Amino acid sequence: MTTDIKLPELGENIEEADVLSVLVSEGDQVFKDDPIIEIETEKATIEVPSFLEGTVSRVAVSAGDTVEVGQVILTLDASEDGEPQASTREEESRPAEPAGRGVTTAEPPPEVTAPASSPPIAPPPHIPASEEGALPVFASPSTRTFAREIGVDVRQVRGSGPGGRISDEDVKLHSRTLAFAGPTAETVRPLPDFSEFGPIERIPMSRVRRTIAEHVGQAASTIPHVTLFESADVTEVEEMRSRNKSKSEAAGGKLTITAIVIKVVAGALEAFPMVNASLDAKRREIVLKRYFHVGVAADTDRGLVVPVIRDVDRKNIIDISVELTKLAAKARSGKLSLGELQGGNIAVTNLGGLGTGHFTPIINAPDVAILGVGRAELRPVYGESGLEPRLIAPLSLSFDHRVIDGADGARFLHWIVDALGKPQPLAFEG
Amino acid sequence: MSQAGEKLRIAVIGAGPGGYPAAFHAADLGMDVTLIDPEPNPGGVCLYRGCIPSKALLHAAGVIRESERAAELGIRFPPPEVDLEGLRGWKDKTVRQLTGGLGMLRDRRKVDYVQGWARFLDAHALEVTGPGGDEVRVEFDYAIVATGSRPATVPALDLDSPRVMDSTEALALNDVPTSLLVVGGGYIGLELGTVYAALGTSVTVVEMTSGLLPGVDRDLVDVLQRRLEGDLDRILLDTKVVDIAESGAGLRVELSPQSDESGGEYEKVLVSVGRRPNSENLGLESTDAEVSDQGFILTDSQRRTGEPSIFAIGDVAGEPMLAHKATGEARVAVDAIAGHPSAFDPSAVPAVVFTDPEIAWCGLTETEADKANVRVEVATYPWVASGRAATLSRRDGLTKLIVQPRTERILGMGIVGPGAGELIAEGVLAVEMGARVKDLELTIHPHPTLSESLMESAGVFFGVSPHYIARRRG
Ligand SMILES: Cc1cc2nc3c(=O)[nH]c(=O)nc-3n(C[C@H](O)[C@H](O)[C@H](O)COP(=O)(O)OP(=O)(O)OC[C@H]3O[C@@H](n4cnc5c(N)ncnc54)[C@H](O)[C@@H]3O)c2cc1C
Repeated sequence: MTTDIKLPELGENIEEADVLSVLVSEGDQVFKDDPIIEIETEKATIEVPSFLEGTVSRVAVSAGDTVEVGQVILTLDASEDGEPQASTREEESRPAEPAGRGVTTAEPPPEVTAPASSPPIAPPPHIPASEEGALPVFASPSTRTFAREIGVDVRQVRGSGPGGRISDEDVKLHSRTLAFAGPTAETVRPLPDFSEFGPIERIPMSRVRRTIAEHVGQAASTIPHVTLFESADVTEVEEMRSRNKSKSEAAGGKLTITAIVIKVVAGALEAFPMVNASLDAKRREIVLKRYFHVGVAADTDRGLVVPVIRDVDRKNIIDISVELTKLAAKARSGKLSLGELQGGNIAVTNLGGLGTGHFTPIINAPDVAILGVGRAELRPVYGESGLEPRLIAPLSLSFDHRVIDGADGARFLHWIVDALGKPQPLAFEG
Repeated sequence: MSQAGEKLRIAVIGAGPGGYPAAFHAADLGMDVTLIDPEPNPGGVCLYRGCIPSKALLHAAGVIRESERAAELGIRFPPPEVDLEGLRGWKDKTVRQLTGGLGMLRDRRKVDYVQGWARFLDAHALEVTGPGGDEVRVEFDYAIVATGSRPATVPALDLDSPRVMDSTEALALNDVPTSLLVVGGGYIGLELGTVYAALGTSVTVVEMTSGLLPGVDRDLVDVLQRRLEGDLDRILLDTKVVDIAESGAGLRVELSPQSDESGGEYEKVLVSVGRRPNSENLGLESTDAEVSDQGFILTDSQRRTGEPSIFAIGDVAGEPMLAHKATGEARVAVDAIAGHPSAFDPSAVPAVVFTDPEIAWCGLTETEADKANVRVEVATYPWVASGRAATLSRRDGLTKLIVQPRTERILGMGIVGPGAGELIAEGVLAVEMGARVKDLELTIHPHPTLSESLMESAGVFFGVSPHYIARRRG
């Protein structure tokens, strides 16, 4: 019996991915959980495993294709014992999406085998712009009003109804796309011809780059950011770090200031529930989270990624340092799983290694705050016995003013500064 | 500006079909409204000297024509006897009833009514001069200008004589002249000319361009013109009035080109050469509102002028100068003031010529499609094939659809025939909803009615109209 292996659900909002490489070819024997293709999504590079055992009878994609969730990747001649899992997994994955919109397949699947997917639907005809301008928009008055109310230019909406008629659903879909697409062509000012000023080169934006651009663009333009600057005395933290370094190394990690800051931030989130939150603007509600996952911005040659350390409140600093070391390595090799990139409540971004002082980090929406850590430097500080050399780290906290007022943001940051200044209670073990 | 929590103060200038619905809607939304107009009750041109009196008189004309046509059905009436005072009284009573009703609705809504002429002092204040010359200052957060339009004139016709009438004087129905020259073959001239013709006046229509009702699709006008050629004395196209002079018991009119049958003496002349927006003497100079070369106040899609606190709607804000367009804009402007993201963006504004037969259209016309180079397919259903038209002894109508070929979407509709004005409403809904020809074809229409002609024209589009054998065009 042949079975189509389709691109599985990849997580919230991810609908398609680019194929980086195909790891099997026709005639290959694959076992359950063997990687079959490597894809790049908006968030990460992932190897898609086979959920079946069998022989590859057809490969339907090739490197460079864009595949949608539910689209057939390859067909397997399944061996008997693979089947039970096949049916259960099949139900979980979405039904095949019509291969219509902007999807490039290597070739149309010659034959659809079990389970049958719906035939490709041609995209609705698009009216050429010149004629469209002369005609009234193909939508009812109530739909036009609805579009205006949610701020959508109904002329930009592609209708999915008979003849291309635009429905409320089409307007909603368009607005959702807009929300993720950042500024539209019309809102972007035309660029000058840079080649007039000197030689230039144009390079395409990678998918990760585009995603970062959209994500931070959206966050910067919709979240009223407030950034507070403070400095923490990390002299004692640094001493404790040196003392505990070897413990972390023994466990396969590298104890950094970031690991300690992550632990402190989780404590601050417990003390300030409004920072451990997200804003549901549509429902006019604030979502308070009863878990304490902290994201860490990681610099990779593909661009920024933010892997997440879960349940920081239940981990000691050594555990955190080991996990952080592993995540960083995965981030650099592009092997983070989607699960490792989702679910953070706040992010910590440490630019200290690059010598940066204070800066204004952009919130990783839907978080409501982000903590930036700069380079710690020895400074002369007046203590009880006069001037003392102290190690001072610049901290920058950006928060979402819709959820957190200035004074509360300042209290939150103070809490962190105090905790870093008196690190005795910090748990390195246990 | 009013303080938070206080009601918004709205001043509406002009109480026609733009102004009074704006005032009423604003009052319904809880705003503090002042409505200003020289008449004692709301109504504007439309009720006092436009739509309503003209339609009343056209109904009377229709009764006369019906009684004449009854002979076709084997019923003979003696020639009708017109009691001019009675007719005038009935028309005036109709106007009084409606405007009085609006006055009551105004009072019930507690709209503050100031009788008089308004002028802007600045972007937040008006001065109103009452009928007795008294002056009142009205301050507002937002003003809506709905001052309408007035009959236009041209220098050649500028003769100060009681024999030269505009539409207002013609509607007054002071007498029934033996002869009348209607200058201008637009809808107002044809409607009023039709009235006087039915009352017994010998009517000549002179039109400067090559056809009656300029801009309207020719196939529709042709049907009307055939009947008018019987009802009116003469229709002179491509002809201009060069001069009018008083001469004895009438007016001597000089036309160009001069011909044997043209020119001559008329007891009265009706000048119906268009309408001019009332944007002068309003003090708009003291605000940032701007006026176009044709005199229309310039607005955005919400009907906001260059002065953010001032809106303009109705005839004074642009074509088409029709009552229902004014009312549609009224709602948009008030909703905009209330903070809603409203916009005036109709796909189809209907227009009706209440002649006999009536002509009605909406959305894109064939003429406009040609001009704008929009490719359309036209499906026409002639009423000769309609059972209802036969029972009415009126088989001279036609119904046509203007269709976008690729989507088969109905972009416009045109109808000529008795009752076209009522029938077009379905066309407006079809265009607004983005109906496709198939939708109209598969919608069951009552039999026997003229509304079936809409469904049948959809059938013509597909070449399957049961009562008419037509090859699909294009
Ligand atoms: C003979 C005739 C027949 C018509 N038939 C039809 C028809 O069948 N269907 C149709 O849709 N349309 C018809 N119209 C057109 C229709 O009357 C107008 O489109 C409509 O009245 C416009 O409404 P409005 O509110 O813009 O202004 P108007 O109705 O013109 O009202 C404006 C009001 O503002 C007042 N005003 C002006 N200046 C000031 C000022 N400074 N201060 C205070 N008040 C002021 C005026 O006195 C008037 O009362 C007809 C018009 C005429 C003349």
